[in-house]
Amino acid sequence: MNWEVIIKWLPRLAQGATLTLELVAIAVIAGLILAIPLGIARSSRHWYVRALPYGYIFFFRGTPLLVQLFLVYYGLAQFDAVRNSALWPYLRDPFWCTVLTMTLHTAAYIAEILRGALQAIPRGEIEAARALGMSRAKAMIYIMLPRAARIGLPAYSNEVILMLKASALASTVTLLELTGMARTIIARTYLPVEIFFAAGLFYLLISFLLVQAFKQLERWLRVDACQGR
Amino acid sequence: MTVKLALSALFLGLVLGLLGALAKTSPYKPLQWLGGFYSTLVRGVPELLWVLLIYFGTVSLMNRLGELLNIPGLELNAFAAGVIALGLCFGAYATEVFRGAILAIPKGHREAGLALGLSKGRIFSKLILPQMWRIALPGLGNLFMILMKDTALVSVIGLEEIMRHSQIAVTVSKQPFTFYMVAAIIYLGLTVLAMTGMHFMEKRAARGFVRANQ
Repeated sequence: MNWEVIIKWLPRLAQGATLTLELVAIAVIAGLILAIPLGIARSSRHWYVRALPYGYIFFFRGTPLLVQLFLVYYGLAQFDAVRNSALWPYLRDPFWCTVLTMTLHTAAYIAEILRGALQAIPRGEIEAARALGMSRAKAMIYIMLPRAARIGLPAYSNEVILMLKASALASTVTLLELTGMARTIIARTYLPVEIFFAAGLFYLLISFLLVQAFKQLERWLRVDACQGR
Repeated sequence: MTVKLALSALFLGLVLGLLGALAKTSPYKPLQWLGGFYSTLVRGVPELLWVLLIYFGTVSLMNRLGELLNIPGLELNAFAAGVIALGLCFGAYATEVFRGAILAIPKGHREAGLALGLSKGRIFSKLILPQMWRIALPGLGNLFMILMKDTALVSVIGLEEIMRHSQIAVTVSKQPFTFYMVAAIIYLGLTVLAMTGMHFMEKRAARGFVRANQ
């Protein structure tokens, strides 16, 4: 193990790590926003409301993220309409392509988590809200969503860490995030073991910090206090 | 190729997962540490990084081994590297699934086995394993679905599976959307197939059990 090389390239790897963090942060937050209506629609009682989110979730959970990424990054350029549209400067950029794909991908998973959480809310609590005269929408906003947030939080933290690791795929569309940076450095130094080892340490560190942050969030939201039924 | 890769990795992963779970639930501290170290380390690093690390990282190691055994040009081919990397990742997650399943088996069953004078190995193979299998199956099915999609990563090191083939088709035909969509549909089909398979296996494993809330 050549430690000097690792230390020498550490600043560059840290640069890659910030890009990784950016990608993951945008994807999981935008994904969450997108997932809320999807998850609510997915748990609807009417089949015609349920059908569209179901198809969306089925597609995004049934195909590899790599395929989706290539579809967006390489695939969209096949259509002239996309190339001539105002969005092309964004869709040409690997960063926005990756953000878009990761957001759509994670939204499907988060929507499924949300559906599980919504269905896990004890029926009595919803009935109590309705009995107090809350409208359906009000009960959803004030009772069901806050409750589902607490039930779904552990699964959501799982999903964030999965996305952290999925962001390594961005290196295949020429983006220099942590893995991409590691590959570039290896092309220069021919020391795959050392550099990948250092990159792995960065991932471990980030996921460790994320786990701690979610622990704090769980304490702050008093998740454990809601578990006793 | 994708199916071959997924099944080989599944086999390796199941063995690793079982060993890992046994290590983590064993009464010996060093074994517990080893199991914990394995599952934490492998789960903390992206799958893509493992694929790259095992494929490119073992070149010098294999060279040295080749010199030692007098086999010139000994190297890990892409298939072997893919199987090892994916099996390693599957094994780490399976460790946790199996551990949960082992812990879910009532203590009394093991004690009953001891009382009947069964040896430790027989308790494990005749009592624990069949029950554990039933509990672990849904979790393993999930993992297998993830594994199937992770096989797409191995295209990065040039193995000719679905993804690699569609990349080649794209460079020839210049129609990326069409061919990546075809790849996506093939993966969807494989997933549906695996889901039906899992359904039947779960039914078979659960025979003789009545669902508690019916």
